[in-house]
Amino acid sequence: MDFQDGIDPVTQDEDNVLPPLAEAREHLVVIGNGMAGCRAVEELLARDAGRYRVTIFGAEPYVNYNRIMLSPVLAGEKTFEQIVINDAAWYADNGIELIAGDPVRAIDRAAKTVSSQSGRTIGYDKLLIATGSDPFIIPVPGKDLPGVISFRDMKDVDTMLAAAADGGSAVVIGGGLLGLEAAHGLTLRGMKVTVIHLMDTLMERQLDEAAGWLLKTALEGRGQTILTGANTEAIYGDGKVEGVRLKDGRDIPASLVVMAVGIRPATALAREAGLAVNRGIQVDDHMVTSDPNVLAVGECVEHDGNVYGLVAPLWDMCRSLADGLTDQHSGYKGSVTSTKLKVAGLDVFSAGDFSGGEGCEDIVLRDASRGVYKRVIVKDDKLIGAVLYGDTVDGGWYFDLLKREENVADMRDMLIFGQAFASGGGALDPKAAVAALSDEAEICGCNGVSKGQVVSCIAKGAHSLDAVRATCKASASCGSCTGLVETLLALTLGEDVQSGPKTMCKCTSFTHDDVRREIVAQDMRSIPEVMQKLNWSTPEGCSSCRPALNYYLLCALPGEYQDDQRSRFVNERMHANIQKDGTYSVVPRMWGGLTNPRELRAIADVVEKYDAPMVKVTGGQRLDIFGIKKEDLPAVWADLNAAGMVSGHAYGKSLRTVKTCVGSEWCRFGTQDSTGLGVKIEHMTWGSWMPHKFKIAASGCPRNCAEATIKDFGVVCVDSGYELHVGGNGGIHVRATDLLCKVATEQEAMDYCAAFIQLYREEARYLERTAPWIERVGVDYVKGRIVADDAGREALRARFLFSQQFMQDDPWARRAAGEDAELHQHLAEVRPMEIIA
Amino acid sequence: MSLNTQVGTWLDIGPVDQISPGNARTLPVRGGEEIAIFHTQDNQFYALVNKCPHKQGPLSQGIVHGSVVACPLHNWNISLKTGKALGNDEGCVPTIPLKVEAGRIFLLREAVIPVPTEAKAA
Repeated sequence: MDFQDGIDPVTQDEDNVLPPLAEAREHLVVIGNGMAGCRAVEELLARDAGRYRVTIFGAEPYVNYNRIMLSPVLAGEKTFEQIVINDAAWYADNGIELIAGDPVRAIDRAAKTVSSQSGRTIGYDKLLIATGSDPFIIPVPGKDLPGVISFRDMKDVDTMLAAAADGGSAVVIGGGLLGLEAAHGLTLRGMKVTVIHLMDTLMERQLDEAAGWLLKTALEGRGQTILTGANTEAIYGDGKVEGVRLKDGRDIPASLVVMAVGIRPATALAREAGLAVNRGIQVDDHMVTSDPNVLAVGECVEHDGNVYGLVAPLWDMCRSLADGLTDQHSGYKGSVTSTKLKVAGLDVFSAGDFSGGEGCEDIVLRDASRGVYKRVIVKDDKLIGAVLYGDTVDGGWYFDLLKREENVADMRDMLIFGQAFASGGGALDPKAAVAALSDEAEICGCNGVSKGQVVSCIAKGAHSLDAVRATCKASASCGSCTGLVETLLALTLGEDVQSGPKTMCKCTSFTHDDVRREIVAQDMRSIPEVMQKLNWSTPEGCSSCRPALNYYLLCALPGEYQDDQRSRFVNERMHANIQKDGTYSVVPRMWGGLTNPRELRAIADVVEKYDAPMVKVTGGQRLDIFGIKKEDLPAVWADLNAAGMVSGHAYGKSLRTVKTCVGSEWCRFGTQDSTGLGVKIEHMTWGSWMPHKFKIAASGCPRNCAEATIKDFGVVCVDSGYELHVGGNGGIHVRATDLLCKVATEQEAMDYCAAFIQLYREEARYLERTAPWIERVGVDYVKGRIVADDAGREALRARFLFSQQFMQDDPWARRAAGEDAELHQHLAEVRPMEIIA
Repeated sequence: MSLNTQVGTWLDIGPVDQISPGNARTLPVRGGEEIAIFHTQDNQFYALVNKCPHKQGPLSQGIVHGSVVACPLHNWNISLKTGKALGNDEGCVPTIPLKVEAGRIFLLREAVIPVPTEAKAA
């Protein structure tokens, strides 16, 4: 699927109206351009593309986007472009007229027409109402103040981003899924967030008390204030929101209030048109309302007494609706729902009924050290509910058992340990787990794609991840099921897929590992030579393979290979970090986070002399000077060099920082001189290019103030020596390190560090951090190479130190002395006389 | 540099060897858009407004491959020949007519220099 096209707000374009020849077909008018409306049309097109002429009205001025992905947009993990489901080309290709930004205001069932806000009236043969739901606004004083918003559409996200840009405090009213996602996004955007929740348990509809408590504790650990059992009395402010007052008298100042207490079906239009409406618009099993020519689907409907607010039931409804519209009546039977989500990186899953009651048995597993809580509820030998916190890999399996109402008596004892154990294998084999899923098991929650659909799409020729995404859309939205889809590809195609795709880029059919092996085996010495000998399909490669090849050659031929500047990303070519406005930020190295008056004066002088708008302390214990123009970089570096500072390589796939705590020199708990060790390690490792950025830390005692256990290489000092940790990451996917080993002396700690870095440099793929690399090769492999093999370790260390002879040459000093001056200087400047005058 | 005010004239930007193959350099324009001039590895020269159509990234700082530059901010690929975004991206950046004569680079003046506001009004 194509995420990039048609991202601009869609304007009303009269030229898009279909030619008169289409009039022969029945006209289907859809009110609602959201997930339900468009999915219904997609299902219809898949069954009988030419049957109806389709017109879609949308209230928002956009193409169809994935509303559940607004949270990642708020959190800065995705752009709006990336959450578009159907771009403008989809509407055009399928002859659908989209009237966006013009909400329908009335339905005239007698005349069979709808009229919109802009005054346009359009006739229909069949009408589909997919108006979704409206946010519920609690009726407290101040609810209409500017700065009080809901979290429902792109406009709300834009408002939140604007508020977050000014910093300050935000209150989120509602500790359900939506509220917590809003709170998470605003926290990431730098706001101080307080969540006010009326009930005692967060997400009480999806989680039981134990899981809710774990979630609350974890969110508090991330800096949010969570007030449960808190009742809002009023929102106050003079002209705009200034805070929230609770019934118990507490007062929380805030410049933004997000109301996320729930949603209610948007039924006003249907009610005014005289359709039968209860909590939602009432529909039969074929999604037909009380008027046979009017259908309704999605969150706005009530079916068999149920109203749904999740995406999976919506897909089921759309299938039944499309079946009905193409005379293949299947009938919707209601949906069993499950919730699987990530809040602030925490995995949470729930499904079915977990309220307990007569005849229900609870099976609970708690693993405090891993922060895992699992509970399954069994009744009459059938699984009826599940709540998982911290480890949700078996969520899909439990949900599958639940939906199929399978008898679980035989595996009752093992049930709580998950599929791998309960199925008798004992060992965790993810492939077997996926193979055992039923065809109905849902693989992609975002797009409602089952295992059977993915397998049939693979069988019809979609032999790569991209092809599967393009055809059945599995893993094409949030991507969290990518692993499952890849496993299905492997299971369906056997070894073909394993050896087939995942090439380095589109320029070659070789994988990263193939290319690296051949570079060494054939003693290749330049990028053009590699491209020639390995039959590159493009003359000069692309912006993916060029930097990778440059690194592989640099690593294979230390001191011999001539680094190719043109194959480096801008930051590594300019030795500074490009910012969104095209200026650069400059970070001088501060060994182990230590500095002195001379360095601080030089930095202060640079900031004033070059008018840098911001200086910031980085997470790696040094200072970042922002807003430097590319022309000024060499002069800035000259000034910093003069005070004894060198490049901090904050811009490179290279050694970044060695973070330290003060250790035994100052700290009353310190066991070893962690600061001194950190400085020594940084002097040994700085300047080395790596597959990706590399961070080190040294903590002086197990309190671990330097956070060594989320670094690529971490040292934790203890009384008896040094614990060495590897493969940690504090980024998108937080990963604690694996313990490599414990050594007795500082020298050993440094030797193991050098050997580990060299192993990573020689064997990881370009742009692969140590965390995914270790997950791929296994920590036992790394231990085998570094700990068990003394001679091998020594050889790795020697190769690293040899390579470092050529790397530890300050690039800033060379540039300050005039090297590559043309990279920094303009060619000339055009000053037209008429402008100057 | 000569600043001929006649219509249809070419601005002399200087000798070709100021830009090494595979690189780009910039030309700020007072009152107008900064221009990026590219020298590709197969010895062609191109000039574009130095702003990616996506988020205005400085194209002059991108990796040049073939007659394409990858924007340094979000890796959009922009054709140096047409200024159009390639692949799935959509957008276009203005190109500036360029010629190389006697080892010197020339840009079409009308494309470089903005029409003064007085002239526009008149």
